[in-house]
Amino acid sequence: MADLEQFRTETRAWLEANCPPEMREPVRGEDDIYWGGRRATFKNDAQKAWLEACIAKGYTVPMWPKEYGGAGLSAPEAKVLREEMGRINARPPLSSFGIWMLGPALLHFGTEGQKQRFLNEIARGEIRWCQGYSEPGSGSDLVSLQTFGEDKGDHWVVNGQKIWTSYADHADWIFCLVRTDKENKYGGITFMLFDMASEGVTTKPIKLISGSSPFCETFFDNVAVPKSYGDDVPAYVGTINRGWDVAKYLLGHEREMISGADGGERQAAIGAAMKRHAAKTGDDIDPVLRAELAMFDVDALAYAAMGEKFLDEIKVGKAHPAQPNMMKYAGTELNKRRHELMMAVGGSRALEWESEATEGGKPAKNWLRTKANSIEGGTSEVMLNVIAKRILDLPGA
Amino acid sequence: MPLYHNEDQAMLADTARGFIAEEGNIAKQLRHWRDRNCKDGFGHALWKQMAEMGFTGMLVEEADGGLGMGHVEAGIVLEEIGRNLTPSPFLTSSVLAATALKHGSADLKGRYLPGLIAGDSVFAVAIDETAKHRPERITTRAEKSGNGFKLSGAKSFVIQGASADMIVVAARTSGADDDADGITLFAVPKDAAGMSHDSVRLVDSSMATHTRFDGVELDGDAVIGEIDGGRAVLDAMLLAGRVGAAAEGVGVARGAMDMTVDYLKQRKQFGKLIGEFQALQHRASHLYSEVEIARAVTIKAQQLLDGGSTHAELMASVAKAKVAKTARLAVQEGVQMHGGIGMTDEYDIGLYMKRDRALAEFLGDAFYHANRVAELSGY
Ligand SMILES: Cc1cc2nc3c(=O)[nH]c(=O)nc-3n(C[C@H](O)[C@H](O)[C@H](O)COP(=O)(O)OP(=O)(O)OC[C@H]3O[C@@H](n4cnc5c(N)ncnc54)[C@H](O)[C@@H]3O)c2cc1C
Ligand SMILES: Cc1cc2nc3c(=O)[nH]c(=O)nc-3n(C[C@H](O)[C@H](O)[C@H](O)COP(=O)(O)OP(=O)(O)OC[C@H]3O[C@@H](n4cnc5c(N)ncnc54)[C@H](O)[C@@H]3O)c2cc1C
Repeated sequence: MADLEQFRTETRAWLEANCPPEMREPVRGEDDIYWGGRRATFKNDAQKAWLEACIAKGYTVPMWPKEYGGAGLSAPEAKVLREEMGRINARPPLSSFGIWMLGPALLHFGTEGQKQRFLNEIARGEIRWCQGYSEPGSGSDLVSLQTFGEDKGDHWVVNGQKIWTSYADHADWIFCLVRTDKENKYGGITFMLFDMASEGVTTKPIKLISGSSPFCETFFDNVAVPKSYGDDVPAYVGTINRGWDVAKYLLGHEREMISGADGGERQAAIGAAMKRHAAKTGDDIDPVLRAELAMFDVDALAYAAMGEKFLDEIKVGKAHPAQPNMMKYAGTELNKRRHELMMAVGGSRALEWESEATEGGKPAKNWLRTKANSIEGGTSEVMLNVIAKRILDLPGA
Repeated sequence: MPLYHNEDQAMLADTARGFIAEEGNIAKQLRHWRDRNCKDGFGHALWKQMAEMGFTGMLVEEADGGLGMGHVEAGIVLEEIGRNLTPSPFLTSSVLAATALKHGSADLKGRYLPGLIAGDSVFAVAIDETAKHRPERITTRAEKSGNGFKLSGAKSFVIQGASADMIVVAARTSGADDDADGITLFAVPKDAAGMSHDSVRLVDSSMATHTRFDGVELDGDAVIGEIDGGRAVLDAMLLAGRVGAAAEGVGVARGAMDMTVDYLKQRKQFGKLIGEFQALQHRASHLYSEVEIARAVTIKAQQLLDGGSTHAELMASVAKAKVAKTARLAVQEGVQMHGGIGMTDEYDIGLYMKRDRALAEFLGDAFYHANRVAELSGY
């Protein structure tokens, strides 16, 4: 305990010295997030300085071991860091699918060579990864996927199509589920890693209802994927044909991330901020809306406690292994409700699509974006199915 | 501090679960006393056993003969009481009254705590004066009279008021009905002349009283805490009680949910177990999710309270409201998914529905506490 308090003091001082004031503002939209990668540019100097300070300290991935670019923090230390960052509203220095998804899978299934190479690249934000899971015919029923890799000895030739590939057009590499055995549904998928610049890979952006195009159709036309990138660096994670285990493990982490379990209490409740927001325009909040906000705040603050408990438990292996599904379900449904209420408080102003007053329609665009929360990474209905089967042990689920 | 039970607490939870399931279960306690039309609504023998387990005085300081434990520990016992629908004076005596007595004089502690710790006494609290929880408004008056006070007024829905050896009464010693200040808490003994009870049985078979005070003479040493400064003690007592009631509610919710999920695995219709129908699976999964969240925030509130955090007030109301909503969902889904059998007195699920109704009302329902969350947050 005394050590933790010491760590808190040090962390607070370090953040004070290293986190620029511009990075202590809540993320207001997509362009406030730094995703890294070969083609990334910084929005401003503060963003760059903050990233560099965190890389040097291992704080882009605080719990990863030091040899892979992390800070090797224990679960209680990582919690202190999270709390102290939350206290000053510090933005995450780097966001990426590498940190949230591929990294944990590599830590669990990867070879030493893969970890040395890919984890360090991820921790420094050098390579941006995208996720090639969903296909036009395989969404919730992911295991039915058809993208096929034909074995050519030292390489595969991959053909097929992925869809909803987030940021495929900005990504450097892809982690991709590829069928390598057509006879074996669960035991015929390989979890491959390859460069999006490979010959035969094309992407086509899809425009969302929010007006942006964060995801793509991704086509593979005779893409040659070597089986190895060098000594102890295979191009697949885990075992050939056993990629489904890796895929599911990764989904657990993806769901944990989308759940917003680490959101903390600070930004959970919205009632007070909504009242101030309304007051700024000389408006007030209707009593029935206030009541809904109060009920929402109850649920949101309770969920923040759940997030804390979940993270505490999962870091020490106490959580039910299927608990990320529950978190994703509850967290995303809550986030949709949050934005519905924010739109209600915003009134007609929140409908503006391009205006300066709304910084280009942020309220509406953020509201629409949340509708994907309960779809991406597995739908709410699928989460409920998994809870029924794996946690409640209901028959036939 | 991690938001889960430490090793000692996990051990206590195991012990409490085993003991209360064995001795405090529905057949042995709730149905037993209800079917005998018991005037107390609970069993004294079990109370004595709970004392032997060390439960009754768990919140009492070690210096005063108790175990000096915290609200996480009390919550562990309460969750099991909730799960088994055990009629018990634990919440009012060992949590609410015990919290008030922490602020009492050495004399008061000496008079009442040994009986509590030994399981010989039970206590009640008399705060509300209408059918809703309105601790902001106290009209019962205590006038100065000689060396003491003269208490006049009425309190309603005093849980186990007629069985109580002592009742903690919140009365007004100065100011207007809605003033925050001017409240004094009194420890009123069972045999106080001028106190009369009108007993009522509630939907969950618990007993409450409408209690009248007709010029009840009290010594100055019946005062708990400061004269006119009782609001602080009252608030501390309410805070502890609300967090405790939330823990009990979590137990009610979990008990109803577990029973229902079990039933889904046994009952067949259309040639299938009804648990195979996705319409029911999804509702059960949603319920599970809500119960987990309600439990998490309840433990959070307990930890904050034990840590003396100023944030405990807010999170206690969040917990009370969240649990009230969640337990309500659990019992409604429970009865519905049991079909016709869920409507029968023979089946236990309906008892959960009744208990939830009474428990949610106690110390403020979901609406009261959601409103409080808004007020404490500044809107
Ligand atoms: C913003 C966004 C980003 C995404 N990013 C990526 C990405 O980077 N990489 C990637 O691979 N994929 C990505 N996806 C795809 C996402 O994983 C899929 O959309 C999701 O798994 C659902 O598949 P689907 O769209 O085919 O819907 P479907 O599976 O066709 O579902 C349609 C409806 O049927 C319901 N349903 C389906 N099966 C069942 C069932 N068994 N029981 C009950 N209801 C059921 C669903 O819940 C849903 O409501 C993204 C999606 C979105 C919206
Ligand atoms: C007060 C009362 C009075 C009644 N009076 C009469 C009477 O006078 N005469 C008479 O004949 N009957 C009477 N009934 C019986 C009543 O019609 C049945 O209780 C009702 O049809 C449900 O059947 P069950 O109780 O067997 O529940 P079950 O069929 O066992 O249902 C249990 C649960 O499973 C759900 N479930 C079942 N099948 C499915 C499915 N395929 N998909 C999704 N969910 C499913 C149900 O909705 C329910 O939630 C009465 C019932 C009550 C409570």
